[in-house]
Amino acid sequence: MLTTDPAGTVRFRERRRRVAEEDLAGRLRELGQLSTDVRRSVVRMIDGAQLGHIGGDLSVTDILVTLFGGVLAVDPEKPRDPDRDRFILSKGHCAAALYATLAHSGFFPLSELSTFMAPLSPLNGHPNRRKVPGVETNTGPLGHGFPVAVGCALAAKVAGRPYRTFVVLGDGELQEGSNWEAAMTAAHYDLASLTAVVDRNRLQQGARTEETKRLEPLADKWASFGWEVRGVDGHDHGELLSALRPSTTGRPVAVVADTVKGKGVSFIEDRVEWHHKVPNAAQVQAALEELSR
Amino acid sequence: MTADVVPETTQTYDCRQAFADELIALATEDERIVAVCNDSVGSSNLVRFRELFPDRLINVGIAEQDLVGVGAGLAIGGFVPFVSAAGPFLTGRATEQIKTDAAYNGLPVVLCGQSPGLAYGELGPTHHSIEDLSWMRAIADLAVAVPADPEQTRAAVRWAAAHDGPTYLRIPRFKVPSVTPRDAPFEPGRSLQLTSGGDVTVMAVGTMVSRALAAAETLCAEGVGVRVLNMTFVEPLDVEAVLRAARETRGIVTVEEATTTGGLGAAVAGIVAQKHPVPMRILGVHREFAPTGSAAFLLEHFGLTADGIVSAVRDLVADDRHGGAQ
Repeated sequence: MLTTDPAGTVRFRERRRRVAEEDLAGRLRELGQLSTDVRRSVVRMIDGAQLGHIGGDLSVTDILVTLFGGVLAVDPEKPRDPDRDRFILSKGHCAAALYATLAHSGFFPLSELSTFMAPLSPLNGHPNRRKVPGVETNTGPLGHGFPVAVGCALAAKVAGRPYRTFVVLGDGELQEGSNWEAAMTAAHYDLASLTAVVDRNRLQQGARTEETKRLEPLADKWASFGWEVRGVDGHDHGELLSALRPSTTGRPVAVVADTVKGKGVSFIEDRVEWHHKVPNAAQVQAALEELSR
Repeated sequence: MTADVVPETTQTYDCRQAFADELIALATEDERIVAVCNDSVGSSNLVRFRELFPDRLINVGIAEQDLVGVGAGLAIGGFVPFVSAAGPFLTGRATEQIKTDAAYNGLPVVLCGQSPGLAYGELGPTHHSIEDLSWMRAIADLAVAVPADPEQTRAAVRWAAAHDGPTYLRIPRFKVPSVTPRDAPFEPGRSLQLTSGGDVTVMAVGTMVSRALAAAETLCAEGVGVRVLNMTFVEPLDVEAVLRAARETRGIVTVEEATTTGGLGAAVAGIVAQKHPVPMRILGVHREFAPTGSAAFLLEHFGLTADGIVSAVRDLVADDRHGGAQ
């Protein structure tokens, strides 16, 4: 099991204080910088491992950064605090973005990121709760994280605890039926403390979602299952901060976040072949240059 | 001797009642105990639990993948969930959730397979849970316990609740007599020796234990001493008891109300073959869908009776006399 990085924890707390206290422009500056840092880490990790899911990592980054940078009630020094907010990345193949976000938040040292997918590294290609603090449940096979998140939210309700539960889902992942079982359960039990965020980048491994198996009208689907639905630009930290506020209806909240797969690197953006393609040395340089502007 | 070897005067029990009673007793003492089911409140015998603890009975409806995932989430939230469903649907429909959400996560989720084996008889192979022992035994870190009577069912519920990891509990529905001595230990990797014959060992789990005892009686009258072991845990298996049996008796017969592809017999054979080869007979269902019939009929059809065990022991002994073992 990796352990907390004390210096990173200090940086995490200072950032959270600034995000809470500053005006909108200040918040966006903080979260924007963290997103750039995470994206640069992701590119380096995938370059080091020569493996990874760069397209989805870059599309989900701003969602993860907003959660860890401005929303989740978590403490990197107490990753198993009983009253922590629960966060689950159901699209576990985007582990690199999660690991980078956790390391930039002090859950473990940044230096560990260079071991991504190396032999015996705690940083497997998919996240493992027994090795990485901040990971609540092992994901990878799609359609697993959402039912587990429903269980977490039910636990809070049964025990009368105040914590919230967040789950981030891929859009292609919604083709798995287990998600809709979970959506029904959450609505039936009025799990207002549960928020599901869909990383709606409109691409899956082999093609566009709408060519593979149609998801639209996606917001209507969530609404018809009994959820409060919020649509946002999934790369706008300000919109995400608003959308991630607690439920106002007593119902669970679905945030459909419109994103661009590969966001931030022009030649990767919205291109199906970059689902898990690995950039060559020149492309890594070009990507890091774009991500330093 | 008939298929149902238990004399009519012997009292038999449906272990679901013991399961429900012990779960209620446990939940009364421990607020972390919750039950999770898939519309199976009745068939899991959880009606009384729901009356007593309405907030702690989670019914996810007919949705087994959700069932196991929700159970794992409740464990992450600090509860000890007893996730209960008919064995075939729990272990078949939700295999990947059992592997990933319960076992790989290392969470204290207790997966309760109700009405396992051939218990659903006439409902047919869709409702038989005979593959479960093979499937569950293949999953790392998952304990697989098969209580043989109400006494062991109660002990299994207690043990699983205290175990810091995932468990598959197979709760018998087919009525069985009591076969466990009072205050017998219930521990992973520990079998119970019920008779001390020295010629052949019969290793059984669950509903087959009482039949193994009946077979031992018949064989004793014929001058064949049988050591009956109630193995209880298919995983972790009592490896020491298996090796002792291999060293001290002429051969081993295993018997389980399950397929023979990967359950008790396969586990025992794997040890015996590598450490101390002796003749074996593996009784169970040999990769076959059952015909129509009641549970009692099907057990007889597949030779999972005292008579079937007696025949297997005789066959093993005869083979051994002809030098087949060496």
